[in-house]
Amino acid sequence: MINGQQSVVVTRICRLVVPFAQIFGLYVIMHGHSSPGGGFQGGVILASSFMLLAVGDGIEEVRRRFSMLAVTVLTSAGVLIYAGIGVVCLLLGANYLDYGILPVPEPRSLGMLGIEIGVGTTVMAAIVSIFHDLVTFE
Amino acid sequence: MKYLHLVVTGLTGLLLILGSLDMPATGDPQAPAARHVSPRYIEQSFEETAVPNMVTSVLADYRSFDTLGEVTVIFTGALAVLLILRTGRRDDEKEGL
Repeated sequence: MINGQQSVVVTRICRLVVPFAQIFGLYVIMHGHSSPGGGFQGGVILASSFMLLAVGDGIEEVRRRFSMLAVTVLTSAGVLIYAGIGVVCLLLGANYLDYGILPVPEPRSLGMLGIEIGVGTTVMAAIVSIFHDLVTFE
Repeated sequence: MKYLHLVVTGLTGLLLILGSLDMPATGDPQAPAARHVSPRYIEQSFEETAVPNMVTSVLADYRSFDTLGEVTVIFTGALAVLLILRTGRRDDEKEGL
């Protein structure tokens, strides 16, 4: 199922749906602070788009486009973004993760957007990483 | 021995049902959980955070440290799967991961 020997219908439909799924995942992450959604949900939608690509084109194609190294780096980078925003607040003189001090307009709203991006990055990369490991287990 | 498990399970279930009888009704405005910090979130969160989604403002601002813990849990889960399953495959893996 996962080795790329699919019928042309499955391959084409998966390729057609994947970009829309990814746009929707990005939308859910970016609008998490003003509508239902957020980093966790958007990250899962983004990760599922890569699984759909694996169903259509095989796991090797996914690994060629989104390498194991990038997945592993992104898993850590999300936590680093989240904790890093907290440290920036700390360095500017406020409490840890107290976004009110950030030098941007509407700092609390944008601080939340920043940590949602961090959450989404980690959730997406973690699920893709687990998927890679389970599918390629020998 | 099989019946002992049944008895223990039944007793635990009875205890849980007994404990849930005193729970306040769903959506009760006089429940302790609805009178402590909820009014503050409902009345002040938009002015304080400029975010219309109250759930996100609680999760990502008031209780941000808790969400950092959740992200760390997911990160640790992915790391554990990586450490258990991604071993001994260095021969066919060009990136060395």
